[in-house]
Amino acid sequence: MKIEFQQLSRQFEDGRIVLDSINFSDEIRTLAIIGPSGGGKSTLLRILGGLLLPTSGEVFVNGSPIPQNEEQLQRYRKEIGFVFQQGGLFRHMTALENIQIPLVQVHHYSERSAKERALELLERFGLKEDSHKRPFQLSGGQQQRVAIARAIAARPRFLLLDEPTSALDPEYTTEVLDIVNELKNEGMELIIVTHEMGFARHACEKAAFLCQGRLMEYGDSHTLFTHPQTPQLEQFLGRLLEWNI
Amino acid sequence: MKKLFILGKEDRPSLPAIVCSWLLVCIFIVVFFWISLHAIQTTFDFSFIADFHIRLLKGFGMTLLLSLASFIVSLFLGVISAAGQGSRLLPIRCLCTLYVTFIRGTPLIMQIYLFFYIIGTAWGIENRFLAGVLILSIFEGAYITEILRGSLLSIDAAQLEAARAVGFTHAQTIRWVILPQLIARTLPALTGQLASIIKDSSLLSMIAVIEITQTIREITATNFRLFEGYFFLGILYLCLTLPVTLASKVLERRFRYEN
Repeated sequence: MKIEFQQLSRQFEDGRIVLDSINFSDEIRTLAIIGPSGGGKSTLLRILGGLLLPTSGEVFVNGSPIPQNEEQLQRYRKEIGFVFQQGGLFRHMTALENIQIPLVQVHHYSERSAKERALELLERFGLKEDSHKRPFQLSGGQQQRVAIARAIAARPRFLLLDEPTSALDPEYTTEVLDIVNELKNEGMELIIVTHEMGFARHACEKAAFLCQGRLMEYGDSHTLFTHPQTPQLEQFLGRLLEWNI
Repeated sequence: MKKLFILGKEDRPSLPAIVCSWLLVCIFIVVFFWISLHAIQTTFDFSFIADFHIRLLKGFGMTLLLSLASFIVSLFLGVISAAGQGSRLLPIRCLCTLYVTFIRGTPLIMQIYLFFYIIGTAWGIENRFLAGVLILSIFEGAYITEILRGSLLSIDAAQLEAARAVGFTHAQTIRWVILPQLIARTLPALTGQLASIIKDSSLLSMIAVIEITQTIREITATNFRLFEGYFFLGILYLCLTLPVTLASKVLERRFRYEN
């Protein structure tokens, strides 16, 4: 997909600038957005997902601008899969309902075909036995697998993942990242905000470094990690490696 | 023996231990009251129940009807007032806030007199059942407002964002996310409020609504069996409030994913 930002800015109500005049244009298959906390990564992803409007500037996806009015935004969001850091599953619905109900209500699947699709994905992600459990009965890793299943159930144009593993224990992190990698290998285009540098470097083709609301670096992920151009990225990577085994 | 009555820090009580403790407490209370009654040389005579069973049944039915009608009307008032507190029209917001503050800050008995003798008389509401339902509903509605408002405010913003992310429209978000979560959160508390309504309805005897408390007052005024009358009254109220409280607990467990 082709993503384009033109003078993209976002300011919070308290005046704090989260994104500061970002310009960018490239054809993307898999992109990892990395950077320190508070750097604007999640805000950028939310704007791309049509969940947040920019204060100024424009975003184009495959040449079309992201709409500004709610009705068109709803249509836009239907075509995208979004996975949140945590708490993204509807807590009153079972794993199955979390996938099935949006399919029926939003994508107009019949009850039967929605259920079939939901069960197919739950089985694929090793959750068949847990289909009737509510989120609070599932582990963090299982919850995120259901969230990914829900996000891809309606075969979205692309997938946006906002730190899908940062609330998870290490063993659950791997199982979630494995699934994301599997989807990537099947051709799913995705943008992931992540602190898992190994995943960003090895599983994503491109990487973007966002710091203090500015897009400091962008490029081939391997090069970005091995040859940082800015002192900010160098310092960021250095800090991450400090306690590496 | 010690294990039967004293729990360790991490222990859960066993069934025999629970039964023994309940038995002990019941025996203690019965003995305490028996000694008290003996001290004032009173014996219980419940023969009036058979003599007045039709009036008692009518009064009991009236309490039940009053409570259910008030519950429905107060729920309606609570929804309107909770919505009003979030209104963009400031006078509406002020009115709803004033309503909740005034009602929650003053005793029911004062409100009964105020509404019945001043407002009720002025506006020609003479039917005591209707007046009773309205007064009780206005009182309980303020508490229900607080229950609803608290639940509405506590709905997680992440759930609403997830609803937008999956493509739900505003109406679908209300139908599929907000309402089910609101119901799950408020139902146990609302059921508990029904138990309060049942008990509070007894105060309507002050304006001579012939519900069960008023019936007992009238009967005991003629036969002077005050102790038996009010003891029986307590049992009747428990017959209503215990199942309701139990239902509230069951609902709490049923919706435990909310807690």
